[in-house]
Amino acid sequence: MFFTRLARSSRVAQWSPVRFASTSTTATPNKITASFLAKSAVLCSVAGVSIAAIVPDDIIDPLLPAGADAFDLIENGMHAPHQDWDHRAWNKTFDHQSIRRGYQVYREVCAACHSMSLISWRNLVGVSHTEAEVKEMAAEYEYEDGPNDQGEMFKRPGKLSDRFPVAYPNEEAARAANGGAYPPDLSCIVKARHGEEDYIFALLLGYTEPPPGISIRDGLHFNRYFPGGAISMARALYDEVVDYEDGTPNNASQLAKDVTTFLTWASYPEHDERKKMGMKSIAIMGILFGLSIWYKRFKWSPIKTRQIVYKAPKVRDV
Amino acid sequence: MANVNFLFRRSSTFVLGIFAGAAVFEIAFDEGSQFLWDSWNKGRQWKDIRSKYIQ
Repeated sequence: MFFTRLARSSRVAQWSPVRFASTSTTATPNKITASFLAKSAVLCSVAGVSIAAIVPDDIIDPLLPAGADAFDLIENGMHAPHQDWDHRAWNKTFDHQSIRRGYQVYREVCAACHSMSLISWRNLVGVSHTEAEVKEMAAEYEYEDGPNDQGEMFKRPGKLSDRFPVAYPNEEAARAANGGAYPPDLSCIVKARHGEEDYIFALLLGYTEPPPGISIRDGLHFNRYFPGGAISMARALYDEVVDYEDGTPNNASQLAKDVTTFLTWASYPEHDERKKMGMKSIAIMGILFGLSIWYKRFKWSPIKTRQIVYKAPKVRDV
Repeated sequence: MANVNFLFRRSSTFVLGIFAGAAVFEIAFDEGSQFLWDSWNKGRQWKDIRSKYIQ
């Protein structure tokens, strides 16, 4: 609007812009640039908020202004230190040997109190054990089945299709055996805790004496990573509580690493397949993206390379 | 193939050409990505360790 008026008036001065100029030599640019600035500010803030909502905390937190992170409230639990889990890389599977060892740690140490009632025996086949091994392991446990033709429930040895055996028949029994606290089911525990595998690993090894001034009542234990600091579970992983069949050193941190890998697999059974699919789909979409850039530029080339020529009308002396 | 344009002339051959090309590409792409995947994850997958436990 501004410029057409200017263009008409300046044509008298023999200067005719043929194209809409983004900057003007004569008019005040305030109105145009102000609205442009306002629009780009709105766009940037919307983009920034949506990016911050999607990008995980681990990436955003280092970019925020530095705070006094060491001084967190005990009610949040100390932030678990980040470990270099090799399965965190975009192109890495779980270490399935570690899953196998982790299952052994779970079975020998954790299964006394913690159920994993969403995992079936068959889930282990082809992941950490052979089918024959799992059948043998399942058969060691008794499951109630029935009713039979007489109408009675009966006990039978476990099969591949059965779920992992539960530690207690119900929650009340679990609480009664553990001082009122319920040992949570571990099927999705890694997904269900902030910090995921870093938290579980830190928690298992994080039992210390309470700092001076903090007293923990009988029956609870101090663990700095547990929100509140007072956890009902006693420390379970000590050096050499489990003997590994493959000869891996069985110190407490190795046990914790293996059982955490096993629990992470249990929470993310689709992990290996998902990453492979993700890699393939990003590769295909990258190729298609490149092709579409080329195609767009190809179709736009007549427009982008056109020439507009202005021929001034001849002024006739009449 | 003398000139691949004979494929593009008729819609029927074009479509068949696309199907054939897609089949070839899919097989090649899947084999290639599986090969890459296995090379990045040597010794980590079940198929690498199962020989220790198969009877």
